Amino acid sequence: MMIHLSPPHHHGGDSIRANMLAVILALMPATACAVWLYGWLAVWQILTCISVCMLGEWAALRLMRRPSRLHDGSAALTGLLLALVLPAAVPWWMTVFGALFAILLGKQVYGGLGYNPFNPALSARVVLLISFPLAMTSWLIPATGSGGLDVYNAAQTLHFFFAGTLPPGLSLDGITAATPLGYTKTDALQGISIPDSLATHHYSYIDAFIGSEGGSLGETSALALLLGGIYLIARGVIRWHIPLSYLLTVALLASLSNALAPAHYAPPLFHLLAGGLMLCAFYMATDPVSSPVTARGQIVFGAGCGLITWVIRQWGGYPEGAMFAVLLMNCTVPLIDHYCRPRVYGYERRP
Amino acid sequence: MRRLLEHIWGRKPFDGGVVLDMHKDGAQVPITDCPLPEVLIHPLKQHIGETCKPLVAVGDHVLRGQNIARSQGYVSAPVHAGTSGTVVRIEEHPVPHPSGLGMLCIFIEADGEDRRQPLGVMMTNWLQRDPAQLRERIRAAGITGLGGAGFPTFIKLLRDQRHPVNTVILNGIECEPWLTHDQRLMTERSDDIVHGLAILMHMTGADHGVIAIEDNKPEAIAAMQDAIHSWQCECEHIASTSVRLEVLPTRYPQGSEKQLIQAITGKEVPAGKLPLHVGVLCQNISSTLAIYRAITAAEPLTERVVTVSGQGMPAPANLRVRLGTPIRYVLAHCGLDQLDGMQIIHGGPMMGERLKHPEAPVVKSTTGLLLIPDDTLYAEHQPEEPCIRCGHCGDACPIRLVPNLMADLIRDQQFEQAEGYQLFDCIECGCCSYVCPSHIPLVHYFRYGKGQLAQLRQERAFAEASRQRSEQRMARLEQEKAAKAARRQKARARSKVATRTADKQQEPPA
Repeated sequence: MMIHLSPPHHHGGDSIRANMLAVILALMPATACAVWLYGWLAVWQILTCISVCMLGEWAALRLMRRPSRLHDGSAALTGLLLALVLPAAVPWWMTVFGALFAILLGKQVYGGLGYNPFNPALSARVVLLISFPLAMTSWLIPATGSGGLDVYNAAQTLHFFFAGTLPPGLSLDGITAATPLGYTKTDALQGISIPDSLATHHYSYIDAFIGSEGGSLGETSALALLLGGIYLIARGVIRWHIPLSYLLTVALLASLSNALAPAHYAPPLFHLLAGGLMLCAFYMATDPVSSPVTARGQIVFGAGCGLITWVIRQWGGYPEGAMFAVLLMNCTVPLIDHYCRPRVYGYERRP
Repeated sequence: MRRLLEHIWGRKPFDGGVVLDMHKDGAQVPITDCPLPEVLIHPLKQHIGETCKPLVAVGDHVLRGQNIARSQGYVSAPVHAGTSGTVVRIEEHPVPHPSGLGMLCIFIEADGEDRRQPLGVMMTNWLQRDPAQLRERIRAAGITGLGGAGFPTFIKLLRDQRHPVNTVILNGIECEPWLTHDQRLMTERSDDIVHGLAILMHMTGADHGVIAIEDNKPEAIAAMQDAIHSWQCECEHIASTSVRLEVLPTRYPQGSEKQLIQAITGKEVPAGKLPLHVGVLCQNISSTLAIYRAITAAEPLTERVVTVSGQGMPAPANLRVRLGTPIRYVLAHCGLDQLDGMQIIHGGPMMGERLKHPEAPVVKSTTGLLLIPDDTLYAEHQPEEPCIRCGHCGDACPIRLVPNLMADLIRDQQFEQAEGYQLFDCIECGCCSYVCPSHIPLVHYFRYGKGQLAQLRQERAFAEASRQRSEQRMARLEQEKAAKAARRQKARARSKVATRTADKQQEPPA
């Protein structure tokens, strides 16, 4: 232990643990929403993710003969974040693989907490998406929807999660449905305009805001995510710069394109409420380790995320681009940090 | 008028900073005298600049206020005897300094009479005096910045035609937790402080005087307001000058000169320049009182008010202490004989230093003595954790540096890169370390980096000098060689001619 004699001899009492716990607390509305929509299945996913992440962290640190860091809550947070971006219907071994990837290859190989260039949960999600594209794009119909699995039945969900068996009379196709981003994209390929596509699928902004649409466990409810995000900003755990510039960029690009060609480009509110944008903007892009530290840099970073998200959604091969956007922008962080330093007191110009 | 000034200057607070738990326990405790010890210890350097040279020898009898060590060089401040008595020793002794190293000190054994020697005449008519004369008096009185920095005060009072001072700011911020000495002085001696401000305004020719106080000192604010009011009634004839009180929201490090100037005037002191360059003179409250006493009472600086407080101190005190009093003696006077398990902080908790030897004396820059029990001193119990790049340090930095990136570079020994991130502009206020959730001792890193860079520069200068020397030597050798060759050639030519003539001479006999 290093004993330093330099001042200050006083400390504000903030700690890594307090920051991590605050984010976990902020994710509670979204977690509650996941449990409401996907019942026991959400519980199994979240518990598996968190416990495997913590186990992975413990084992990795033990292997490296480093002191345990489980108490700081960062592994648990990674686990929770990963669970919330997974579709409810992925089998247990995929979840375990993803969680181990997040901790071992997403974080510990770079040197552990503070050294990972990419967001661990998002990199694991992308690896899963690329490795298992079918499972990762099968969206279980939430409990609010008609038909499907009885997610409030613990035994039934356990069977489904661990053995992949469905109750008689149900098929995987029967219990899954496309997300709004997914069906607008496939409809567009068939030449159906955005307004028509939304109308045929009975799209509603209210549903999208509350979260009763299909999607990953914790990404659907914009309301729950916003609540937690505002809490984090108010507590000073994250700054407003990244989420605001991220969301504003998407909104701006969507408004412009929608105003020019409403048939081909979805309106801004649709974009803001769809997919993983809210979750990425408030919880993934703001991951302190893999985002810039300066305010100006954070605005650039958020704008970059917004641009890439919108471009992938419009023209990419995947319906959703938020996670790719954040990971791509993660690469640019050292550069952004270097060039976006603020003007130092007493100097005319920025460095 | 005030609104107009605010309109002209604008009112911007400073960037960054933190709100601290102020623990101003001693705010209601009146200033009392600390008794005189048997021996006073006067270090030869209590300021920023050159060490003084002793003027007395062992066995000499001195009076209180007698100059016992003369300043050497321009940036220096003389030292005066704290009481009348005999010089008993001149030797190395621990002083309050982060290095813990000792320094040559003059020991004076008090004779108990405490007879004074004035600096000269009492300049009660200072308004009629030439500023240069007043400045010389301040220099001779050995006054330094009593807020802790210890920069010789007279240097700041140089009148520069190119940079006229239009505002004198009295720094009554006292933003460090626990310290209350300036607050008490403002409450108890407000009239003298306003007179001190008037002297400074007369000396600099400034039109505006501002007394800046944070809003957590209501008593001091009220007292200063009364004092300003009565001074204004008294001096109605000086119409061109204005003195006002500025109450600022409590925020650390507002008492730092650069941040205070920014908070009051909205201007930033350009990098590498002095407050003078934005037309401002900033003076500490204690220094201003010392200036007032030096001019009107011809008293050199031989005492100061010190706050003794901290978690380990049951009853905080504001003590008028004779400079040179051993710190152990001051603490014993406060009822603290047992110092085991206790850390003594010399100064405030944010920028003060841990005192390694309680035998060290109170010096001009001793603002406070804080007693912190070992088990509440956070550094001992919080190991450094990895940086999570949360950026709180950058948000708190009043200079707008990016502390975590600088610390990364220093950790990787890339000192010159860190310098490119304006490492030398860091004022070491400690805000970054204070807010860091990973408990990274950032200030410690920056001091280390600055030290390494200074060493690097020195080594480089040395290498450059030796390179030049060797080049000169090579050139000289080359020159000598060429000269030798030329001489040889000349000699050869001469000998050739000689042999030829010799041959000619030898011819006939053959």
